[in-house]
Amino acid sequence: MNAPNKSGWKPEMQIAESGFLGGPVTSTGNRGLMLEEPLLFEIGRADVTGVDLPEIDPAAPTRLGGLERKDAIGLVGLTEPETVRHYTRLSRQNYGIDLGFFPLGSCTMKHNPRLNEKMARLPGFADIHPLAPQSSVQGALEVIHQLGHWLCTLTGMPAVAMSPKAGAHGELCGILAIRAAHEARGDAREVVLVPESAHGTNPATAAFAGYRVEDIPATPEGRVDVAALKARLGPDVAGVMITNPNTCGLFEKDFREIADAVHAAGGYVYCDGANFNAIVGKVRPGDLGVDAMHINLHKTFSTPHGGGGPGSGPVVLSEALAPFAPLPFIRQTDGGEFYLVEEENREERGPSFGRMTAFHGQMGMFTRALTYILSHGADGLKQVAEDAVLNANYILRSMEDILHAPFGASGPCMHEALFGDKDFTNGLSTLDVAKGLIDEGYHPMTVYFPLVVHGAMLVEPTETESKAAIDQFITAFRGVVERALEGDEALKQAPYYSPRRRLDETGAARKPKLAYEG
Amino acid sequence: MRYLPLTDTDRQAMLAKIGASSVDDLFVDVPEVARLDGPIHGLPMHASEMAVERHMKALAAKNLVAGEVPFFLGAGAYRHHVPASVDTIIQRGEFLTAYTPYQPEIAQGTLQMLFEFQTQVARLYGCAVANASLYDGSTACWEAVAMATRVTKRKRAVLSGALHPHYAQVVKTMAHFTGDEIADALPSITSDPELTGLIGRIDEETACVVVQYPDILGRIADLTPIAEAAHAKGALLVVVNTEPVALGAIKSPGEMGADIVVGEGQSLGVGLQFGGPYLGLFAVRDPKHVRQMPGRLCGETTDAEGKRGFVLTLSTREQHIRREKATSNICTNSGLCALAFTVHMTLLGETGLRQLAAENHRLACLAADRLAKVPGVEVLNNGFFNEFTLMLGGKPAREIIRDLADRGVLGGVSLGRLYPGVAALEHALLVAVTETTTEEDIERLATELEAAIKETV
Repeated sequence: MNAPNKSGWKPEMQIAESGFLGGPVTSTGNRGLMLEEPLLFEIGRADVTGVDLPEIDPAAPTRLGGLERKDAIGLVGLTEPETVRHYTRLSRQNYGIDLGFFPLGSCTMKHNPRLNEKMARLPGFADIHPLAPQSSVQGALEVIHQLGHWLCTLTGMPAVAMSPKAGAHGELCGILAIRAAHEARGDAREVVLVPESAHGTNPATAAFAGYRVEDIPATPEGRVDVAALKARLGPDVAGVMITNPNTCGLFEKDFREIADAVHAAGGYVYCDGANFNAIVGKVRPGDLGVDAMHINLHKTFSTPHGGGGPGSGPVVLSEALAPFAPLPFIRQTDGGEFYLVEEENREERGPSFGRMTAFHGQMGMFTRALTYILSHGADGLKQVAEDAVLNANYILRSMEDILHAPFGASGPCMHEALFGDKDFTNGLSTLDVAKGLIDEGYHPMTVYFPLVVHGAMLVEPTETESKAAIDQFITAFRGVVERALEGDEALKQAPYYSPRRRLDETGAARKPKLAYEG
Repeated sequence: MRYLPLTDTDRQAMLAKIGASSVDDLFVDVPEVARLDGPIHGLPMHASEMAVERHMKALAAKNLVAGEVPFFLGAGAYRHHVPASVDTIIQRGEFLTAYTPYQPEIAQGTLQMLFEFQTQVARLYGCAVANASLYDGSTACWEAVAMATRVTKRKRAVLSGALHPHYAQVVKTMAHFTGDEIADALPSITSDPELTGLIGRIDEETACVVVQYPDILGRIADLTPIAEAAHAKGALLVVVNTEPVALGAIKSPGEMGADIVVGEGQSLGVGLQFGGPYLGLFAVRDPKHVRQMPGRLCGETTDAEGKRGFVLTLSTREQHIRREKATSNICTNSGLCALAFTVHMTLLGETGLRQLAAENHRLACLAADRLAKVPGVEVLNNGFFNEFTLMLGGKPAREIIRDLADRGVLGGVSLGRLYPGVAALEHALLVAVTETTTEEDIERLATELEAAIKETV
């Protein structure tokens, strides 16, 4: 199954240089449990299938309009045992939360409870069609309604749009609602203000929605420069997009003042809720003057990150923006029956800006998030925020004596601690520390983000780590940082012990090879 | 609080290290006005696993499960059998609890899987390059229109009337804000897709023409003439596919000259899930368009020892590098659904996909022939794959569907639900048939449909 060379490994490659202590060369390229795996297209065959289906009857009549696919598609198959082994071996080359501490800042890599998975797989949720008669899916509509109620209550906001598919799609929803609100009163505004520390999705979203984006600088203490922001407000500014807690890990303590100023200038306030985990159950964004905020269910509410999605990004909305929420949305009759307001409900849809996606949103994520929320309850969610913030501050104060913490003097951090690489020597950088942490058995923190800090390292522990796990990480992190401070040349070649060493990303982009050829 | 490992002793020790007397000291930057004394009012407190399970099961029990009744719904979401090993693999923690592969040295599992996925999708679509997935078919459709406007530097998209109406609505929602012009239409009730009119709507200002294949009424047509007409005017052909299994039986869009092919991948591995999460597929026929594509791309490279490995590449198109100049604002895609799709496709392989497609088509032909015998019912389509349109002889399809549901049959999707208020479409019913449909199911639908029609005025 794993023929030598297929994976690119060759017996003559020097294992000693790989940090394997001069161990013997293996004929397979495997190193014990570190297993090489060829590509599917190198081991699969066109005439093999892992599914038992009826043979094709070549004489059977068809009604395909003369468009039969005659040439080979170019797919290959594996039997079930080979399939299970192929993907199991691949899975072992991955790092996940289940394996260890995963402090990827701004991504909230918390434990994914397995009850969530079990509930999402109940046939009553997993095996229902989005266009089934609404009377036959009342329980599903009720899940969406209940989750929406929790999200509104936790944020102190009057309305929620449930259909956005992920955080960036939620941002788009909020920004489109803002545009629709301005348009409804004939107010054509062109500019959205975004702090320079924002996630890249913020300016990309505003631009995608047809706005011109202008940066707002940060203060030396890592917060939005309120004076600069106020000075820029005017009749051309549609709104601001501010992340709170922000990407420097700090609470924007002047948020209310900013919101009031924006409102006074006729604009709206979009809050990027990526970091809601720091304040869930503890602070309601609605009390701070927010008009729209997306909530990443895959962050705060523990739905799995899945190697890059699917996410889910419901958006809570203020009274001012609620009428513009996208279709469909859920209402309840006086008799208690749930129904969808779609394109046809002309009166009820009001000035909705329209549909953002087919069907009604990420139902599979709604069932998981509701399961999680019910498990924690109002008291548990408050504890979530407190423990997440406590863990981050503990890391901040356990590292700042040896690692530059640019905003360490700005007060407590929220749920993530931010560091920079300015004291490293011998040309060592944040990237080298990240790769050194891989050798120590950790997934690195977020690196080079936010852009406002040189060589940023953003560490988000979440609340689902024990003190022992965090202490062990701190020991490892300090060890790697000390090597960077001392200029340890060997760190430039890290990682040594991962399934692959540093990969040639420049080469990959120069001559892109994006599909198997052969 | 079974998900919270810290003990009170831990918390005290950590506060001491931080130099704070209580955890509230860590929230000093929150203004007074926004601070809460205790847990938020009006919400229940934490609950045991058993109690939560009971609550969720009670909600699930209020839904009519597709697999428990004769079931014929499609219109962009299809019920297929998903092999047991698919769900086992996607629940492995190393896949389930990983994230976007920002650190490729410890994410080769996800990256290699994506490279294989991209290859499968590209070949299925007859294209050169596919990306690592988008949210779903409808958002992929808008991304295709947006890409076509970038490539052609034109701002007008022509939509076929037989494009899924939700997809058309998503495109129109977005175009309203970007200032692009969308020319759309209603589907014509004809036995074959109406191409001449569509071709007539393409002009020198057209960035792209968007066609669904098979279309919303289940019809199929050779798209080569549209591709030629579009290319003659300097426009791109965007083809939307909502049923990937069909491409195991009929020509690929790339073969017929499509420039961008997008679609919904939910049929393979993902399941119905009441509409999401689904899987947006996106591919281009000509590799020269790669740098205008949205979304993540996985590429092959080598590591410092010369071993083959995979990385996310061409990220200078993306928001985290390009910010407001990015090709799209997308960040998280649909990774785990892509895994489910690719595992299912690997189990099928070339042979299995063709057999699956043939079985879908065989049963659909059986169903069409049987339903055509129901008095007052006509099959509209000349050609179809696994979904076709029934004309109900002037009877309102929405009422018939509700009536059928009361009789324990989920009989299809009424066009009235998809095109509310369009009188010409009120009497049409979309029926989808897959390998999960039995001959008994078909007979039951025919019988109940006959009864429902008789009783409906």
